[in-house]
Amino acid sequence: MFRQLEGSQAIAETVAMCRPEVICAYPITPQTHIVEGLATLVKNGTLSPCEYINVESEFAAMSVAIGASAAGARAYTATASQGILFMAEAVYNASGLGLPIVMTVGNRAIGAPINIWNDHTDSMSMRDAGWIQLYAETNQEAADLHILAFRLAEEISLPVMVCVDGFILTHAFERVDMPTQEQIDSYLPPYAPRQLLDVDEPVTIGAMVGPEAYTEVRYLAHHRQMDALELIPRLSAEFRETFGRDSGGLLHTYRTEDAETVVVSLGSVNGTIKDVIDEFRDEGVRIGAISICSFRPFPMESLRVALAGVRRVVTVEKSLAIGLGGNVAPEVREALAGMGISVATIIAGLGGRAITRSSLRGVFRDAVEERLPPLTFLDLDLDLVHRQLERERADRRSGPAAESMLKDLGAVASRVG
Amino acid sequence: MKKPFAITLDVGSSLANKTGSWRTERPMYVDRLPPCNASCPSGENIQRWLFLAEEGDYEGAWREIMVNNPLPAIMGRVCYHPCEGGCNRAQLDHPVGIHAVERFLGDEAIRRGWRVEVGSPPTGKRVLIVGAGPSGLSCAYHLARMGHGVTILEAGPMAGGMMRFAIPKYRLPREIVDAEIQRIVEMGVEIRLNQKVTDLEATRREGGYDAVFLAVGAHIAKRAYLPAGDATKILDALSLLREAERGEQVLLGRRVLIYGGGNTALDAARSAKRLGAAETIVVYRRTRERMPAHDEEVREALDEGVMFRWLTTIKGEQGGSFQVEKMALDGEGRPQPTGEFDTIEADALVLALGQDVDLSFLGSVPGLAVEDGVVRVGRDMMTGCRGVFAGGDMVPAERTVTVAVGHGKKAARNIDAFLSDTTYTAPEKHELATFDRINTWYYADAPRTMQVTLERARRESTFEEVVQGLEESNALFEARRCLSCGNCFECDNCFGVCPDNAISKLGRHNRYGINYDYCKGCGLCAAECPCGAIRMEPEST
Amino acid sequence: MEAATNGQTVGPARVRFYQTGTFTVGNRLLDVSVQSVQSDPRRNNSLNSGHRACQGCGEALGARYALDAAMRATKNRIVVANATGCLEVFSTPYPESSWRVPWLHSLFGNAPAVATGIAAALKVKGKDDVRVVAQGGDGGTVDIGFGCLSGMFERNDDVLYICYDNEAYMNTGVQRSSATPAGAKTNTTPGVGEEPGNVFGQGKSVPLIAMAHGIPYVATASVADLRDLEYKVQKAMGLHGARYIHVHVPCPLGWGSAPSDTIRVARLAIESGLFPVFEAEWGEVTGRRRIRDLVPAQAYLEAQGRFRHLFGKHPDTRRIAWIQDIANRNIRRFGLLDEGVQS
Repeated sequence: MFRQLEGSQAIAETVAMCRPEVICAYPITPQTHIVEGLATLVKNGTLSPCEYINVESEFAAMSVAIGASAAGARAYTATASQGILFMAEAVYNASGLGLPIVMTVGNRAIGAPINIWNDHTDSMSMRDAGWIQLYAETNQEAADLHILAFRLAEEISLPVMVCVDGFILTHAFERVDMPTQEQIDSYLPPYAPRQLLDVDEPVTIGAMVGPEAYTEVRYLAHHRQMDALELIPRLSAEFRETFGRDSGGLLHTYRTEDAETVVVSLGSVNGTIKDVIDEFRDEGVRIGAISICSFRPFPMESLRVALAGVRRVVTVEKSLAIGLGGNVAPEVREALAGMGISVATIIAGLGGRAITRSSLRGVFRDAVEERLPPLTFLDLDLDLVHRQLERERADRRSGPAAESMLKDLGAVASRVG
Repeated sequence: MKKPFAITLDVGSSLANKTGSWRTERPMYVDRLPPCNASCPSGENIQRWLFLAEEGDYEGAWREIMVNNPLPAIMGRVCYHPCEGGCNRAQLDHPVGIHAVERFLGDEAIRRGWRVEVGSPPTGKRVLIVGAGPSGLSCAYHLARMGHGVTILEAGPMAGGMMRFAIPKYRLPREIVDAEIQRIVEMGVEIRLNQKVTDLEATRREGGYDAVFLAVGAHIAKRAYLPAGDATKILDALSLLREAERGEQVLLGRRVLIYGGGNTALDAARSAKRLGAAETIVVYRRTRERMPAHDEEVREALDEGVMFRWLTTIKGEQGGSFQVEKMALDGEGRPQPTGEFDTIEADALVLALGQDVDLSFLGSVPGLAVEDGVVRVGRDMMTGCRGVFAGGDMVPAERTVTVAVGHGKKAARNIDAFLSDTTYTAPEKHELATFDRINTWYYADAPRTMQVTLERARRESTFEEVVQGLEESNALFEARRCLSCGNCFECDNCFGVCPDNAISKLGRHNRYGINYDYCKGCGLCAAECPCGAIRMEPEST
Repeated sequence: MEAATNGQTVGPARVRFYQTGTFTVGNRLLDVSVQSVQSDPRRNNSLNSGHRACQGCGEALGARYALDAAMRATKNRIVVANATGCLEVFSTPYPESSWRVPWLHSLFGNAPAVATGIAAALKVKGKDDVRVVAQGGDGGTVDIGFGCLSGMFERNDDVLYICYDNEAYMNTGVQRSSATPAGAKTNTTPGVGEEPGNVFGQGKSVPLIAMAHGIPYVATASVADLRDLEYKVQKAMGLHGARYIHVHVPCPLGWGSAPSDTIRVARLAIESGLFPVFEAEWGEVTGRRRIRDLVPAQAYLEAQGRFRHLFGKHPDTRRIAWIQDIANRNIRRFGLLDEGVQS
């Protein structure tokens, strides 16, 4: 049933229909509307039985989820930004213990400087934490991926992170085809844990493992993610059968047939990119786009297939690997190794800066015309940066860079955020 | 359940890890010799029978006493309980009232008619015992249990010896004596009364005895020469006690002097009181501290109004007036005359200066040696004559019922060995369980109310026999005051405090076992053992 | 609170048993129904033999005492969440586990939250008979896990949290925690310099902080008083909501005490007043274990190498007196002496 509703609300209602048994959450912008929505659904009895725990930190949130999952309950939480860093230790622990927790990340920048707006720095910081990471392109997919996530997590006993761009998706009102409870129930069987804290069949979970077996434990975790590369397309196909639409999968291609140039991105920015692609296509430029849904496991083979015959790839990334460049580009390069395809990186949308079609058009044209440098910061205010660098050269104690730059912009710190 | 590799493990699987290899010291259960046992002249395993009594197993406790001592009801009354003198509990509050519990058990046995069976098949050997006092009866009892035939020849009209003729009734009712002797008779011991042995060799030969135990005691009162007139009655303590025992009218007068400082002197003094003397004065040449009588007897005599003249000797009598000389102790504590004289008026003088042994019947016994008026015996209680053993008051030792009973047991063991041409070797004694081995934390103070009751019971038990001994609840309480020094009393401390669960309970009365596969040798069990029954020993490898 | 054995131990319906064994683990003279859990040959041994705790480990002992009691109280239906630390490391090195209970180790600082999650799962699954125990050392409890602990308390989640307090980070090699007592030497508060050992700060009593949450039950206990400990665990398991028991467990390695002295040292801590043993319901102290045989703080300090710098040729009388003051304050504050007895 199509409904016009906020992304967070669509996620909340969909998650609720997945019948999570324990929900724990600590509020952080822009995740709040999701957990508020769920709180209401639990309080008003729509979602029952379910224990909703208001924890005192994100660290506790993930920890409660760990306990709940290990004790056999379907566990869900949501966070963003600083929150995921604060729970980082538990994030690693959940995957290490193989607990199929599903967590929504309302993607947001990381401080300092503190910033509440969207980018992917937060989830990128956890890309190697052993979780499966799925990035949603639209509110429809954001909602749908949660159904897939629970199914996937429980099938392979790994936690899944559903990454949803903060504000852009979480706070945007869109038309969403909401699944029915019957559809979800037919797609998502009750949780049957691989291991369980059971008084009738006690086990010790969370042993200390030394050098003699740690590598093997890690290898097995990797192996399971590799299995997920097979499983995700299969579950997505099943999803289409049940729900009648495409959601999830390892990646989405857009007009990549005969493309010379392909733009690779994660999440909602692909919507803007597709608009620009259409414009270029109208001009006859052979350009397409790929949106990676499953960043972990990383779909190497699928990318190779999808990009076979392409001349160049441009990644549009909402996170910066400081001191290197992009997070996505190096992985794409590794996937395409030996195929003779150049990969350039565009860092865009950091801290919520708008990614406009015109800006994208400019850099894509540069790419098509072989003028794009390997690393580009989209819409970087070079004058501002240069002035600051000048000051720093003149006086090593020039004060906080961000504040100085804000002064240059004429903005007052207190009015921002 | 299909468990994840390595991070999920089977419960309890650490049993595969044998931590015993860490150990440098190993705990060992030991039995140390409790001071009560160590100081018991009869060799009773007091700790053990208290252990049984603590559980309310009075018959078991009584039988444990009977292993060593056939006269618990008597002993519980008249023994001067050196066990209590050694009791480690004295250093906490008061010694355990062992004698009172023993008396309770002894009385309980009489009341319930508990018997002891002869434990061994008849050996066909026959032993002659001369004298039916505590030593002779004890020896007879033990020999009978070993399967030997025993005949006691007693010169007197009744069995019991000094227990009957020297210890006053108020300390030892005669029905108790009768009952405990009867139990021995019922085991097949033959007691022939009024059979004075005059020639031991002849009696032995005629009876065809394989061995002899002499236990005639010492009942010839020592006399002192005192110039005296006829007006005053002078008699010896044993005669006084014997006459009192026979219920004869003894006319002592109003004021009676008792001369001497031993237990018999005090028995005589207290008996004199009971025979009607208004004033009884014990005259002793040394001080109270140096008096051989047991302090308890002195205290009780004082309580009963007996008076004392310390550092005094009696020189003579004239017209109802006794001349006495004051004495002074020299540097070595011996009384020396001072030349200061005084007089004490009195109607009678009872001499309690000790007793001699009647050795007249031993004249023809070859090899038998006498020294200082007593018969010399070896460590095996055998006299110089092969096959002739002796014990009790007639051999050199402290003259108490308890020592006599102990002699009887020891002699019986040696006689038994002699009869089978072997030598008796006493088992090696355990190391003493000294107070410093006790972890006193684990012992509770007794509640005051109970203590008060107990105090009264204690007093009563050693006072007038008209008063009952311990009630069962008191006896149980008293038994449970035992610290069980050096001997496991199954408190579960070792079982509980082992951080490695290396100790297992083996069931009631079977104590504990140590699993050295897991024992790391931390020593907590030994440190927290209340009674010092665990020793840490260095590992050999 | 009921009158306890000789007025010593807190607890209900104690046996008037005044003879040998009153304070011992068991007693053959007691009826089975009033025997301690630890005296039962069929006790669970929740922490099995073969664990790798040091010789004389107080924590290993405390954990077995507590969990066995919890097992008995629940008819063997508990699930345990364990914080990182000695207890976790010595009990579960792959491939062997010493635990004989369903047990989960997640992280150092999250055991209370993990337990909350388990409790929530059990509730939603309708497993009302299965109860949750979380446990950790002092580091995992009073320091790094403190936030989660407070959260669990504040929500009144149905968890019994047991802290085994050995007063420092022992697993990492004896470093100071906020439970390390004033004056104690650790490897990060060495016994050297003008102010040797740990600072004389204001201290941090997590039991009192727990009480400030107004939770149903808070208690302190010690491996030196098994029956009291078992009583408290049993009582805690009879209640629902957040409960906290803080158990004093000497560490021979970290305290520089003899392995065989573990219980004696714990006993001296109680008997000197330095470790007050009490219980509280709904934020109010309702019982205390009275000192039975008052000893000076010095007796406790001298039994341990970590206070050695206070003694020797020139005893640090000032600091010893400060520590005695702490003991005196505890005695006054918690009423640890029988009335009429002066400290």
